[in-house]
Amino acid sequence: MEREIVVPGDMLGEDPKLAGIGTYVQDGRVYSANYGLVDRRTNIKVIPLSGRYIPARGDLVIGKIVDMTFSNWFADINSPYEGMLHISEFPERVDPANMGKYLHIGELIIARVEDVDPTMKVELTMRDEHLRILKQGRVIDISHVKIPRVIGRNGSMISMLKKDLNVSIFVGQNGRIWMKGDDKYVDLAIRTVFKIEREAHTSGLTDKIKEYISTELEQLRNTT
Amino acid sequence: MTKPEKLMIDGKRLDGRGPNELRPIKFKAGVLKRADGSCYLEFGGNKVMAAVYGPREVHPRHLQNASRAIVRYRYNMAAFSVEERKRPGPDRRSIEISKVSREALESVVLEELYPRSAVDIFVEILQADAGTRVAGINAASVALADAGIPMRCLVSACSVGKIDGEVVLDLNKDEDNYGQADLPVAVNQFGEVTLCQMDGHLTEEEFGKALDMAVDGCKKLHEMQKQALVEKYGTMVAQPAEEEAKANGGVANE
Repeated sequence: MEREIVVPGDMLGEDPKLAGIGTYVQDGRVYSANYGLVDRRTNIKVIPLSGRYIPARGDLVIGKIVDMTFSNWFADINSPYEGMLHISEFPERVDPANMGKYLHIGELIIARVEDVDPTMKVELTMRDEHLRILKQGRVIDISHVKIPRVIGRNGSMISMLKKDLNVSIFVGQNGRIWMKGDDKYVDLAIRTVFKIEREAHTSGLTDKIKEYISTELEQLRNTT
Repeated sequence: MTKPEKLMIDGKRLDGRGPNELRPIKFKAGVLKRADGSCYLEFGGNKVMAAVYGPREVHPRHLQNASRAIVRYRYNMAAFSVEERKRPGPDRRSIEISKVSREALESVVLEELYPRSAVDIFVEILQADAGTRVAGINAASVALADAGIPMRCLVSACSVGKIDGEVVLDLNKDEDNYGQADLPVAVNQFGEVTLCQMDGHLTEEEFGKALDMAVDGCKKLHEMQKQALVEKYGTMVAQPAEEEAKANGGVANE
């Protein structure tokens, strides 16, 4: 199914009640506020084709610890705003005098965005299942708007990657992807993800990627 | 070139254009890989590259605004952009152009969505041929949209001037140098004028006529800007799987 590309300022409708994300209302009309694809299924929204990651409550993200203050860690979450992780949000009891023992600068974590306030103070938490420190594996950065395509409908793309390549993968909403497994397969998985990113706007992507993986796997087998 | 005797002959200009014609214009969106958004523009003899970064953290810190994003604009001419080597770096002229161009675009950016951040716009003039500030604004506007910055609309700009006593659209270098007036104008799609400067003399009547011509010229540019953005992805746009994916978030993981 093809979607219509709109640019900022395109008029999308006359009913202000339908204005969704990526739009704004002026003089009773709905206009696009973004460069992206229109979705009119329920209300009118514009899904951007580019842009930086802006944290939202509930997002699972991969962060990198960049700073430590008394009782807080600060993590770079691939966004204009840093994430703040309070020691009480760490899975175990933390001795504030010795925070570096638990989580040091440069370490990567999987965290959830607990809250974002209007001044864009971002609070992270690690107190939940799957939220943890990433001790092994590799992390790559892609554009966060392409993340839905990497996951695929109902996770079809990501489960295919995991199954066909036997790699564990975690996809953060902020455009960071963690992978662990056999080096050769992780290499291939990374190449595949970059391919998905490049071709994110084309249709029939899952089939194309399936084919790509099988030919690449074939080659891997032949060379070893 | 020395001053030509006449700039208009039989209603035609020296480059063969009529009084109401723009120069040939070519936009290309998304040309730089590392920038969040970019646009290359050929506007007659002008060659302009615009790059946009952001929203991103503000450095130096004291510039940041707790309630909105700030917009920064840097207009720069390459040393080789004009016939006589231009001394590199900002000078009085380019600082002024940076300021007015920033103001021309700032009004459409939805700054309140990204408090404490900055949107940086860089415009490099690679080849200059009169009307570089309007070319810069046109390119920057496309680059902003390409970067995914939320905006009310695009901004288009073009200049009008007076040569041989006649008001004409989009001056070229000779017309700019030897004409009687030059009036760069930026307009958004709602008809709000966000840039209007004047060099030379126009009567009140001529000014009104000139402004109308500029607004018409901007409409044409607006179409080209939209075209450039749509072309970047061609027609092969698939249905994104975001709903399903959003619901899955991390669940699809591991």
